[in-house]
Amino acid sequence: MSIFDENSKVIIIGDRDGIPGPAIEECIKTTPAEVVFSATECFV
Amino acid sequence: MSNAVIKGASYILVHAPDMVVHNGTTQTTEKILNSNSEYLKNLRNSLRTYEQAVNYLPNQVYIGNKTPEDLKAIPQPWVDKPVEGATRNGKFGEIMPEDEFIGLMKIVDVFDLVKLSKEFTKIIKTKLSNHPLISDELVSRLKDGEEFNDINKLISEQDAEPLYFDNNIVGCVKRAHDIDQNLSAHVIFENLVSKASAVLAALHLIDKTKINPDDIEYVIECSEEACGDMNQRGGGNFAKAIAEFAGLNNASGSDIRGFCAAPTHALISAASLVGANTFKNVLIVSGGSTAKLGMNGKDHVKKGLPILEDVVGGFAVLVSENDGESPILRNDLVGRHTVGTGSSPQAVITSLVTAPLDRGNLKITDIDKYSVEMQNPDITKPAGAGDVPNANYKMIAALGVKRGELERTQINEFIEKHGMEGWAPTQGHIPSGVPYVGFAIDDIKSGKVKKAMIIGKGSLFLGRMTNLFDGVSIVIENNDGRKEESKGISEEEIRSFVAEAMRDFAAHLLEE
Repeated sequence: MSIFDENSKVIIIGDRDGIPGPAIEECIKTTPAEVVFSATECFV
Repeated sequence: MSNAVIKGASYILVHAPDMVVHNGTTQTTEKILNSNSEYLKNLRNSLRTYEQAVNYLPNQVYIGNKTPEDLKAIPQPWVDKPVEGATRNGKFGEIMPEDEFIGLMKIVDVFDLVKLSKEFTKIIKTKLSNHPLISDELVSRLKDGEEFNDINKLISEQDAEPLYFDNNIVGCVKRAHDIDQNLSAHVIFENLVSKASAVLAALHLIDKTKINPDDIEYVIECSEEACGDMNQRGGGNFAKAIAEFAGLNNASGSDIRGFCAAPTHALISAASLVGANTFKNVLIVSGGSTAKLGMNGKDHVKKGLPILEDVVGGFAVLVSENDGESPILRNDLVGRHTVGTGSSPQAVITSLVTAPLDRGNLKITDIDKYSVEMQNPDITKPAGAGDVPNANYKMIAALGVKRGELERTQINEFIEKHGMEGWAPTQGHIPSGVPYVGFAIDDIKSGKVKKAMIIGKGSLFLGRMTNLFDGVSIVIENNDGRKEESKGISEEEIRSFVAEAMRDFAAHLLEE
Protein backbone atom coordinates (compact mmCIF):
# COMPACT_ATOMS: atom_id res chain seq x y z
CA MET A 1 0.00 0.00 0.00
CA SER A 2 1.34 3.41 -0.92
CA ILE A 3 2.08 5.89 1.84
CA PHE A 4 0.50 8.58 -0.35
CA ASP A 5 -3.08 8.86 -1.62
CA GLU A 6 -4.94 11.52 -3.60
CA ASN A 7 -5.37 13.61 -0.42
CA SER A 8 -1.64 13.73 0.29
CA LYS A 9 0.17 17.02 -0.04
CA VAL A 10 3.94 16.78 -0.21
CA ILE A 11 6.63 19.30 0.72
CA ILE A 12 10.04 18.36 -0.68
CA ILE A 13 13.33 19.68 0.65
CA GLY A 14 16.19 18.08 -1.23
CA ASP A 15 19.92 18.27 -0.61
CA ARG A 16 22.44 19.19 -3.31
CA ASP A 17 24.92 16.57 -2.10
CA GLY A 18 22.22 14.04 -1.22
CA ILE A 19 18.96 13.59 -3.13
CA PRO A 20 18.01 16.84 -4.93
CA GLY A 21 14.40 18.09 -4.94
CA PRO A 22 13.64 17.35 -8.63
CA ALA A 23 14.73 13.71 -8.18
CA ILE A 24 12.34 13.28 -5.22
CA GLU A 25 9.65 15.05 -7.25
CA GLU A 26 10.01 12.47 -10.03
CA CYS A 27 9.39 9.71 -7.49
CA ILE A 28 6.30 11.45 -6.06
CA LYS A 29 4.87 11.81 -9.57
CA THR A 30 4.40 8.03 -9.60
CA THR A 31 1.91 8.41 -6.70
CA PRO A 32 -1.46 10.22 -6.53
CA ALA A 33 0.01 12.80 -4.12
CA GLU A 34 0.30 16.50 -4.93
CA VAL A 35 3.66 18.25 -4.61
CA VAL A 36 2.90 21.66 -3.09
CA PHE A 37 6.51 22.76 -2.63
CA SER A 38 9.83 21.48 -3.87
CA ALA A 39 13.25 22.98 -3.32
CA THR A 40 16.86 21.93 -3.13
CA GLU A 41 18.99 23.30 -0.33
CA CYS A 42 22.70 23.90 -0.34
CA PHE A 43 24.20 23.72 3.14
CA VAL A 44 27.73 24.53 2.10
CA MET B 1 47.32 20.09 -29.27
CA SER B 2 49.37 19.16 -26.22
CA ASN B 3 48.38 18.67 -22.61
CA ALA B 4 48.79 21.45 -20.08
CA VAL B 5 50.31 20.78 -16.68
CA ILE B 6 49.72 22.02 -13.14
CA LYS B 7 52.91 23.78 -12.06
CA GLY B 8 51.86 24.86 -8.60
CA ALA B 9 49.12 25.89 -6.21
CA SER B 10 48.75 28.23 -3.26
CA TYR B 11 46.18 28.33 -0.47
CA ILE B 12 45.52 31.10 2.02
CA LEU B 13 43.11 31.72 4.88
CA VAL B 14 42.22 34.96 6.63
CA HIS B 15 41.01 34.75 10.22
CA ALA B 16 38.07 37.18 10.27
CA PRO B 17 36.06 36.97 13.53
CA ASP B 18 34.78 40.56 13.39
CA MET B 19 33.56 39.96 9.85
CA VAL B 20 31.70 36.87 11.15
CA VAL B 21 29.76 39.13 13.52
CA HIS B 22 29.15 42.07 11.19
CA ASN B 23 29.17 40.66 7.66
CA GLY B 24 28.15 37.00 7.72
CA THR B 25 24.60 36.72 6.39
CA THR B 26 23.44 34.37 9.16
CA GLN B 27 24.34 37.07 11.67
CA THR B 28 23.16 40.07 9.65
CA THR B 29 19.83 38.31 9.00
CA GLU B 30 19.46 37.50 12.68
CA LYS B 31 20.08 41.19 13.54
CA ILE B 32 17.17 42.15 11.28
CA LEU B 33 14.76 39.43 12.37
CA ASN B 34 15.66 38.86 15.99
CA SER B 35 18.04 41.54 17.20
CA ASN B 36 17.82 40.54 20.87
CA SER B 37 18.39 36.84 20.31
CA GLU B 38 20.48 34.75 22.67
CA TYR B 39 22.62 33.76 19.67
CA LEU B 40 23.64 37.35 18.97
CA LYS B 41 24.15 38.10 22.65
CA ASN B 42 26.55 35.18 23.09
CA LEU B 43 28.13 35.26 19.65
CA ARG B 44 31.37 36.94 20.70
CA ASN B 45 31.98 34.32 23.38
CA SER B 46 31.93 31.66 20.67
CA LEU B 47 34.57 33.22 18.45
CA ARG B 48 37.99 31.63 18.21
CA THR B 49 41.20 33.55 18.75
CA TYR B 50 43.69 33.84 15.92
CA GLU B 51 45.93 31.30 17.65
CA GLN B 52 43.03 28.82 17.91
CA ALA B 53 42.31 29.22 14.20
CA VAL B 54 46.00 28.66 13.38
CA ASN B 55 46.16 25.59 15.65
CA TYR B 56 43.09 24.04 14.03
CA LEU B 57 44.14 20.89 12.15
CA PRO B 58 41.94 21.34 9.02
CA ASN B 59 43.34 24.87 8.59
CA GLN B 60 46.88 23.52 8.85
CA VAL B 61 46.02 20.99 6.13
CA TYR B 62 44.59 23.78 3.96
CA ILE B 63 47.87 25.73 3.99
CA GLY B 64 49.94 22.58 3.52
CA ASN B 65 51.64 22.15 6.88
CA LYS B 66 49.70 18.91 7.42
CA THR B 67 48.55 16.44 4.79
CA PRO B 68 45.21 14.71 4.13
CA GLU B 69 46.87 11.56 5.55
CA ASP B 70 47.68 13.42 8.79
CA LEU B 71 44.04 14.46 8.99
CA LYS B 72 42.80 10.93 8.42
CA ALA B 73 45.06 9.63 11.18
CA ILE B 74 43.20 11.70 13.75
CA PRO B 75 39.54 10.77 14.33
CA GLN B 76 36.84 13.45 13.89
CA PRO B 77 36.02 15.89 15.38
CA TRP B 78 39.23 17.89 15.17
CA VAL B 79 37.98 21.01 16.92
CA ASP B 80 39.10 19.71 20.33
CA LYS B 81 42.47 18.44 19.07
CA PRO B 82 44.70 21.49 18.47
CA VAL B 83 47.93 21.05 16.54
CA GLU B 84 50.92 21.66 18.76
CA GLY B 85 53.51 24.02 17.32
CA ALA B 86 51.26 25.07 14.43
CA THR B 87 52.51 28.05 12.44
CA ARG B 88 51.02 30.89 10.46
CA ASN B 89 52.99 30.09 7.30
CA GLY B 90 52.66 26.85 5.41
CA LYS B 91 53.98 25.12 2.34
CA PHE B 92 51.09 26.48 0.24
CA GLY B 93 50.40 29.85 1.88
CA GLU B 94 49.44 31.37 5.20
CA ILE B 95 46.72 32.17 7.71
CA MET B 96 46.61 35.96 7.88
CA PRO B 97 45.24 37.78 10.94
CA GLU B 98 42.27 40.11 10.50
CA ASP B 99 44.08 43.40 11.18
CA GLU B 100 46.69 42.80 8.52
CA PHE B 101 43.97 41.76 6.12
CA ILE B 102 42.04 44.99 6.67
CA GLY B 103 45.29 46.74 5.76
CA LEU B 104 45.51 44.64 2.62
CA MET B 105 41.95 45.68 1.70
CA LYS B 106 43.12 49.29 1.89
CA ILE B 107 46.19 48.48 -0.22
CA VAL B 108 44.18 46.91 -3.06
CA ASP B 109 41.54 49.67 -3.04
CA VAL B 110 42.26 52.00 -5.97
CA PHE B 111 39.26 54.33 -5.50
CA ASP B 112 40.11 55.52 -1.98
CA LEU B 113 36.99 53.87 -0.58
CA VAL B 114 38.66 52.21 2.40
CA LYS B 115 39.32 54.67 5.21
CA LEU B 116 41.41 53.49 8.17
CA SER B 117 42.11 55.38 11.36
CA LYS B 118 45.54 56.92 11.90
CA GLU B 119 46.24 54.74 14.94
CA PHE B 120 45.27 51.53 13.18
CA THR B 121 47.20 52.50 10.05
CA LYS B 122 50.35 53.02 12.10
CA ILE B 123 50.07 49.56 13.68
CA ILE B 124 49.36 47.60 10.52
CA LYS B 125 51.95 49.52 8.52
CA THR B 126 54.61 48.07 10.81
CA LYS B 127 53.09 44.60 10.62
CA LEU B 128 52.69 44.55 6.83
CA SER B 129 56.19 45.99 6.37
CA ASN B 130 57.43 42.75 7.91
CA HIS B 131 55.33 40.59 5.59
CA PRO B 132 57.72 38.92 3.13
CA LEU B 133 55.34 39.18 0.17
CA ILE B 134 53.95 42.69 0.67
CA SER B 135 56.38 45.08 -1.01
CA ASP B 136 57.25 48.53 0.33
CA GLU B 137 55.41 49.98 -2.66
CA LEU B 138 52.24 48.17 -1.60
CA VAL B 139 52.70 49.18 2.06
CA SER B 140 53.06 52.82 1.02
CA ARG B 141 49.49 52.69 -0.31
CA LEU B 142 48.28 52.64 3.31
CA LYS B 143 49.21 56.32 3.57
CA ASP B 144 48.72 57.93 7.01
CA GLY B 145 45.10 57.19 7.84
CA GLU B 146 42.09 59.34 8.75
CA GLU B 147 40.69 61.08 11.82
CA PHE B 148 38.15 59.01 13.79
CA ASN B 149 35.57 61.75 13.52
CA ASP B 150 35.70 61.65 9.75
CA ILE B 151 35.28 57.87 9.75
CA ASN B 152 32.34 58.02 12.17
CA LYS B 153 30.72 60.67 10.01
CA LEU B 154 31.02 58.50 6.90
CA ILE B 155 29.39 55.60 8.80
CA SER B 156 26.57 57.59 10.38
CA GLU B 157 25.78 59.95 7.51
CA GLN B 158 26.84 58.22 4.32
CA ASP B 159 26.06 54.53 4.82
CA ALA B 160 29.71 53.52 4.99
CA GLU B 161 30.31 49.91 6.11
CA PRO B 162 32.26 49.90 9.40
CA LEU B 163 35.48 47.89 9.62
CA TYR B 164 35.99 46.28 13.02
CA PHE B 165 39.02 44.75 14.67
CA ASP B 166 38.79 43.31 18.18
CA ASN B 167 35.22 44.65 18.38
CA ASN B 168 36.37 48.24 17.79
CA ILE B 169 35.78 50.35 14.70
CA VAL B 170 39.14 50.88 12.99
CA GLY B 171 37.87 52.25 9.69
CA CYS B 172 35.16 51.96 7.08
CA VAL B 173 34.40 51.16 3.47
CA LYS B 174 32.65 54.02 1.70
CA ARG B 175 29.92 53.61 -0.87
CA ALA B 176 31.16 54.26 -4.40
CA HIS B 177 27.93 55.93 -5.58
CA ASP B 178 25.08 57.78 -3.90
CA ILE B 179 22.21 55.68 -5.24
CA ASP B 180 23.66 52.77 -7.23
CA GLN B 181 23.04 49.65 -5.12
CA ASN B 182 25.71 47.73 -7.00
CA LEU B 183 28.29 50.22 -5.76
CA SER B 184 26.93 50.36 -2.20
CA ALA B 185 29.36 50.15 0.70
CA HIS B 186 28.16 46.59 1.38
CA VAL B 187 28.93 45.40 -2.17
CA ILE B 188 32.26 47.24 -2.33
CA PHE B 189 33.21 45.71 1.03
CA GLU B 190 32.48 42.15 -0.15
CA ASN B 191 34.28 42.71 -3.44
CA LEU B 192 37.37 44.18 -1.77
CA VAL B 193 37.54 41.21 0.61
CA SER B 194 37.36 38.89 -2.37
CA LYS B 195 39.97 40.90 -4.28
CA ALA B 196 42.38 41.26 -1.34
CA SER B 197 42.25 37.55 -0.44
CA ALA B 198 42.78 36.63 -4.11
CA VAL B 199 45.77 38.99 -4.37
CA LEU B 200 47.28 37.31 -1.30
CA ALA B 201 46.81 33.87 -2.91
CA ALA B 202 48.35 35.12 -6.18
CA LEU B 203 51.39 36.56 -4.35
CA HIS B 204 51.91 33.24 -2.58
CA LEU B 205 51.63 31.33 -5.85
CA ILE B 206 54.31 33.49 -7.47
CA ASP B 207 56.49 33.01 -4.40
CA LYS B 208 56.00 29.24 -4.22
CA THR B 209 56.39 28.49 -7.94
CA LYS B 210 59.15 31.08 -8.52
CA ILE B 211 57.51 31.95 -11.83
CA ASN B 212 58.48 35.29 -13.34
CA PRO B 213 55.25 37.34 -13.00
CA ASP B 214 55.87 38.70 -16.51
CA ASP B 215 55.47 35.17 -17.90
CA ILE B 216 51.83 34.89 -16.82
CA GLU B 217 49.74 35.80 -19.83
CA TYR B 218 46.20 35.23 -18.65
CA VAL B 219 44.29 35.13 -15.36
CA ILE B 220 40.99 33.36 -14.73
CA GLU B 221 39.20 34.45 -11.57
CA CYS B 222 36.53 32.07 -10.27
CA SER B 223 34.96 33.44 -7.08
CA GLU B 224 31.23 33.86 -6.41
CA GLU B 225 31.12 37.66 -6.22
CA ALA B 226 29.98 40.13 -8.90
CA CYS B 227 31.43 43.55 -9.60
CA GLY B 228 29.91 46.20 -11.80
CA ASP B 229 27.60 49.16 -11.54
CA MET B 230 23.86 49.64 -12.03
CA ASN B 231 24.21 49.18 -15.78
CA GLN B 232 26.23 45.95 -15.63
CA ARG B 233 25.90 44.28 -12.26
CA GLY B 234 28.31 41.45 -12.99
CA GLY B 235 30.51 43.21 -15.51
CA GLY B 236 33.75 41.91 -13.97
CA ASN B 237 36.78 41.75 -14.34
CA PHE B 238 38.16 40.70 -10.95
CA ALA B 239 40.90 38.78 -12.77
CA LYS B 240 42.60 41.83 -14.21
CA ALA B 241 42.15 43.81 -11.00
CA ILE B 242 43.93 41.03 -9.10
CA ALA B 243 46.63 40.68 -11.79
CA GLU B 244 47.40 44.38 -11.43
CA PHE B 245 48.25 44.00 -7.73
CA ALA B 246 50.08 40.70 -8.19
CA GLY B 247 52.39 42.51 -10.62
CA LEU B 248 51.34 40.50 -13.67
CA ASN B 249 52.14 43.20 -16.20
CA ASN B 250 51.76 41.00 -19.26
CA ALA B 251 48.45 39.46 -18.25
CA SER B 252 44.90 40.01 -19.32
CA GLY B 253 42.12 37.91 -17.88
CA SER B 254 38.46 37.27 -17.28
CA ASP B 255 36.10 35.86 -14.66
CA ILE B 256 34.37 32.49 -14.76
CA ARG B 257 31.24 32.04 -12.71
CA GLY B 258 29.46 28.81 -11.89
CA PHE B 259 28.78 28.90 -8.16
CA CYS B 260 30.98 26.37 -6.33
CA ALA B 261 31.83 24.57 -9.57
CA ALA B 262 33.63 27.61 -11.02
CA PRO B 263 37.18 26.59 -9.96
CA THR B 264 36.88 23.28 -11.84
CA HIS B 265 35.38 25.10 -14.84
CA ALA B 266 38.43 27.39 -14.60
CA LEU B 267 40.80 24.42 -14.48
CA ILE B 268 39.25 22.97 -17.65
CA SER B 269 39.37 26.35 -19.43
CA ALA B 270 42.98 26.96 -18.42
CA ALA B 271 43.94 23.46 -19.58
CA SER B 272 42.35 24.16 -22.96
CA LEU B 273 43.90 27.63 -23.33
CA VAL B 274 47.37 26.26 -22.66
CA GLY B 275 46.77 23.02 -24.56
CA ALA B 276 45.75 24.99 -27.65
CA ASN B 277 48.93 27.10 -27.36
CA THR B 278 46.85 30.24 -26.87
CA PHE B 279 48.83 31.06 -23.71
CA LYS B 280 51.85 29.46 -22.06
CA ASN B 281 50.97 30.27 -18.46
CA VAL B 282 47.47 30.77 -17.08
CA LEU B 283 46.81 31.70 -13.47
CA ILE B 284 43.57 30.56 -11.84
CA VAL B 285 42.79 32.58 -8.74
CA SER B 286 40.00 33.24 -6.28
CA GLY B 287 39.44 35.04 -3.04
CA GLY B 288 36.80 34.24 -0.47
CA SER B 289 33.44 35.33 0.83
CA THR B 290 32.42 37.22 3.94
CA ALA B 291 28.73 36.42 3.47
CA LYS B 292 29.34 32.76 4.31
CA LEU B 293 31.23 33.48 7.54
CA GLY B 294 29.35 31.88 10.43
CA MET B 295 26.80 30.40 8.00
CA ASN B 296 26.11 27.44 10.30
CA GLY B 297 27.00 29.39 13.44
CA LYS B 298 23.67 28.91 15.18
CA ASP B 299 24.05 25.13 15.11
CA HIS B 300 27.65 25.33 16.27
CA VAL B 301 26.81 27.56 19.21
CA LYS B 302 23.75 25.46 20.10
CA LYS B 303 26.03 22.42 20.35
CA GLY B 304 28.59 24.25 22.48
CA LEU B 305 31.11 24.54 19.66
CA PRO B 306 33.00 27.66 18.65
CA ILE B 307 32.06 29.41 15.40
CA LEU B 308 34.13 27.31 13.02
CA GLU B 309 33.36 29.29 9.87
CA ASP B 310 35.65 32.14 10.86
CA VAL B 311 38.07 32.17 7.95
CA VAL B 312 37.94 33.67 4.48
CA GLY B 313 39.62 31.37 1.94
CA GLY B 314 41.62 31.90 -1.20
CA PHE B 315 43.65 29.85 -3.64
CA ALA B 316 45.60 30.06 -6.88
CA VAL B 317 46.71 27.44 -9.40
CA LEU B 318 49.29 27.85 -12.16
CA VAL B 319 48.53 25.98 -15.39
CA SER B 320 51.43 25.93 -17.84
CA GLU B 321 52.69 24.30 -21.01
CA ASN B 322 54.03 20.77 -20.61
CA ASP B 323 57.36 20.76 -18.77
CA GLY B 324 57.70 17.00 -18.95
CA GLU B 325 57.40 16.54 -15.18
CA SER B 326 54.38 18.29 -13.62
CA PRO B 327 50.99 16.52 -13.48
CA ILE B 328 49.09 16.59 -16.75
CA LEU B 329 45.57 17.95 -17.08
CA ARG B 330 43.68 15.47 -19.26
CA ASN B 331 41.39 17.89 -21.04
CA ASP B 332 40.18 14.91 -23.09
CA LEU B 333 38.87 13.28 -19.90
CA VAL B 334 36.38 15.88 -18.74
CA GLY B 335 32.99 15.19 -17.19
CA ARG B 336 30.05 17.55 -17.34
CA HIS B 337 26.54 17.60 -15.95
CA THR B 338 24.45 18.63 -18.94
CA VAL B 339 21.01 20.21 -19.16
CA GLY B 340 19.58 16.81 -20.04
CA THR B 341 21.49 14.79 -17.44
CA GLY B 342 18.78 14.84 -14.77
CA SER B 343 19.19 15.25 -11.04
CA SER B 344 19.20 11.74 -9.60
CA PRO B 345 22.46 10.98 -7.78
CA GLN B 346 23.09 8.14 -10.20
CA ALA B 347 22.76 10.45 -13.21
CA VAL B 348 24.94 13.11 -11.58
CA ILE B 349 27.79 10.74 -10.74
CA THR B 350 27.54 9.06 -14.13
CA SER B 351 27.95 12.39 -15.93
CA LEU B 352 30.76 13.63 -13.71
CA VAL B 353 32.70 10.45 -13.00
CA THR B 354 32.02 7.49 -15.23
CA ALA B 355 31.35 9.28 -18.54
CA PRO B 356 34.91 10.71 -18.73
CA LEU B 357 36.36 7.44 -17.44
CA ASP B 358 34.59 5.47 -20.17
CA ARG B 359 36.09 7.82 -22.73
CA GLY B 360 39.54 6.83 -21.49
CA ASN B 361 38.67 3.11 -21.05
CA LEU B 362 39.19 3.53 -17.32
CA LYS B 363 37.42 1.96 -14.35
CA ILE B 364 36.26 3.81 -11.24
CA THR B 365 39.10 2.11 -9.36
CA ASP B 366 41.68 3.42 -11.84
CA ILE B 367 41.40 6.86 -10.26
CA ASP B 368 43.58 6.79 -7.15
CA LYS B 369 42.12 9.90 -5.50
CA TYR B 370 38.83 11.67 -6.01
CA SER B 371 38.76 15.29 -4.88
CA VAL B 372 35.08 16.10 -4.46
CA GLU B 373 33.39 18.70 -2.27
CA MET B 374 36.10 18.78 0.39
CA GLN B 375 34.03 20.54 3.06
CA ASN B 376 35.26 20.07 6.60
CA PRO B 377 32.83 17.70 8.41
CA ASP B 378 33.60 19.44 11.73
CA ILE B 379 31.56 22.30 10.25
CA THR B 380 28.82 20.43 8.38
CA LYS B 381 28.01 17.54 10.71
CA PRO B 382 26.85 19.62 13.70
CA ALA B 383 24.68 21.60 11.26
CA GLY B 384 22.90 18.46 10.07
CA ALA B 385 24.45 18.53 6.60
CA GLY B 386 26.45 15.34 7.22
CA ASP B 387 29.90 14.46 6.01
CA VAL B 388 29.77 15.88 2.47
CA PRO B 389 32.95 14.31 1.00
CA ASN B 390 31.97 10.95 2.47
CA ALA B 391 28.46 11.19 0.95
CA ASN B 392 30.04 11.90 -2.45
CA TYR B 393 32.44 8.95 -2.11
CA LYS B 394 29.57 6.62 -1.19
CA MET B 395 27.76 7.59 -4.39
CA ILE B 396 30.88 7.03 -6.52
CA ALA B 397 31.43 3.66 -4.85
CA ALA B 398 27.78 2.69 -5.31
CA LEU B 399 28.06 3.39 -9.02
CA GLY B 400 31.22 1.27 -9.07
CA VAL B 401 29.23 -1.62 -7.57
CA LYS B 402 26.48 -1.12 -10.14
CA ARG B 403 29.05 -1.25 -12.94
CA GLY B 404 30.54 -4.43 -11.52
CA GLU B 405 33.89 -2.74 -10.88
CA LEU B 406 33.84 -3.41 -7.16
CA GLU B 407 31.90 -5.62 -4.75
CA ARG B 408 29.28 -4.21 -2.41
CA THR B 409 31.43 -5.35 0.50
CA GLN B 410 34.32 -3.25 -0.83
CA ILE B 411 32.54 0.13 -0.55
CA ASN B 412 34.20 1.14 2.72
CA GLU B 413 37.57 -0.05 1.50
CA PHE B 414 37.10 2.01 -1.69
CA ILE B 415 36.28 5.15 0.33
CA GLU B 416 39.29 4.52 2.56
CA LYS B 417 41.64 4.15 -0.40
CA HIS B 418 40.26 6.55 -2.98
CA GLY B 419 38.68 9.17 -0.72
CA MET B 420 39.87 11.79 1.76
CA GLU B 421 38.51 13.58 4.80
CA GLY B 422 37.36 17.14 4.10
CA TRP B 423 39.47 20.02 5.40
CA ALA B 424 38.29 23.13 3.58
CA PRO B 425 36.11 25.87 5.12
CA THR B 426 32.54 26.16 3.82
CA GLN B 427 33.34 29.07 1.53
CA GLY B 428 31.34 27.71 -1.42
CA HIS B 429 33.79 27.53 -4.31
CA ILE B 430 36.85 27.23 -2.04
CA PRO B 431 36.24 23.58 -0.95
CA SER B 432 34.97 22.43 -4.34
CA GLY B 433 37.44 19.98 -5.90
CA VAL B 434 40.46 22.29 -5.87
CA PRO B 435 41.77 21.94 -2.27
CA TYR B 436 43.58 18.72 -3.24
CA VAL B 437 45.37 20.19 -6.29
CA GLY B 438 48.38 21.31 -4.23
CA PHE B 439 48.79 17.89 -2.60
CA ALA B 440 48.06 16.15 -5.92
CA ILE B 441 51.15 17.76 -7.48
CA ASP B 442 53.36 16.15 -4.82
CA ASP B 443 51.47 12.84 -4.69
CA ILE B 444 51.57 12.42 -8.47
CA LYS B 445 55.20 13.51 -8.81
CA SER B 446 56.26 11.07 -6.09
CA GLY B 447 54.34 8.24 -7.74
CA LYS B 448 52.01 7.77 -4.75
CA VAL B 449 49.07 8.68 -6.97
CA LYS B 450 48.92 8.06 -10.72
CA LYS B 451 45.55 9.55 -11.53
CA ALA B 452 43.26 11.90 -9.62
CA MET B 453 39.93 13.41 -10.51
CA ILE B 454 38.94 16.94 -9.55
CA ILE B 455 35.16 17.33 -9.28
CA GLY B 456 33.31 20.63 -8.79
CA LYS B 457 29.59 20.99 -8.17
CA GLY B 458 27.50 24.14 -8.20
CA SER B 459 24.04 24.98 -6.83
CA LEU B 460 22.81 27.06 -9.76
CA PHE B 461 19.26 27.05 -8.39
CA LEU B 462 20.32 29.53 -5.68
CA GLY B 463 20.37 32.28 -8.35
CA ARG B 464 16.73 31.55 -9.24
CA MET B 465 17.43 31.50 -12.98
CA THR B 466 17.21 27.74 -13.31
CA ASN B 467 16.29 24.80 -11.16
CA LEU B 468 19.30 22.95 -12.52
CA PHE B 469 22.35 21.91 -10.63
CA ASP B 470 25.79 21.89 -12.29
CA GLY B 471 29.05 20.05 -12.10
CA VAL B 472 32.23 19.41 -14.07
CA SER B 473 35.28 17.22 -13.56
CA ILE B 474 38.75 16.69 -14.99
CA VAL B 475 41.35 13.95 -14.64
CA ILE B 476 44.94 14.82 -13.76
CA GLU B 477 47.71 12.25 -14.06
CA ASN B 478 51.41 11.60 -13.89
CA ASN B 479 53.60 13.07 -16.60
CA ASP B 480 55.40 10.44 -18.66
CA GLY B 481 57.97 13.01 -19.76
CA ARG B 482 56.75 13.23 -23.33
CA LYS B 483 56.18 16.91 -23.92
CA GLU B 484 54.08 16.65 -27.06
CA GLU B 485 51.21 14.39 -28.01
CA SER B 486 50.03 13.73 -31.56
CA LYS B 487 51.37 17.05 -32.78
CA GLY B 488 52.99 15.53 -35.86
CA ILE B 489 56.71 15.22 -36.25
CA SER B 490 59.38 17.88 -36.19
CA GLU B 491 62.19 18.34 -38.71
CA GLU B 492 64.70 17.51 -36.01
CA GLU B 493 62.93 14.24 -35.23
CA ILE B 494 62.87 13.29 -38.93
CA ARG B 495 66.64 13.94 -39.13
CA SER B 496 67.15 11.78 -36.06
CA PHE B 497 65.06 8.93 -37.55
CA VAL B 498 66.93 9.11 -40.86
CA ALA B 499 70.28 9.14 -39.05
CA GLU B 500 69.23 6.14 -36.97
CA ALA B 501 68.09 4.23 -40.08
CA MET B 502 71.39 5.03 -41.86
CA ARG B 503 73.35 3.78 -38.83
CA ASP B 504 71.31 0.56 -38.73
CA PHE B 505 71.84 0.09 -42.47
CA ALA B 506 75.58 0.69 -42.14
CA ALA B 507 75.78 -1.74 -39.23
CA HIS B 508 73.89 -4.30 -41.27
CA LEU B 509 76.33 -3.90 -44.23
CA LEU B 510 79.32 -4.24 -41.89
CA GLU B 511 77.91 -7.46 -40.46
CA GLU B 512 77.60 -8.88 -43.97
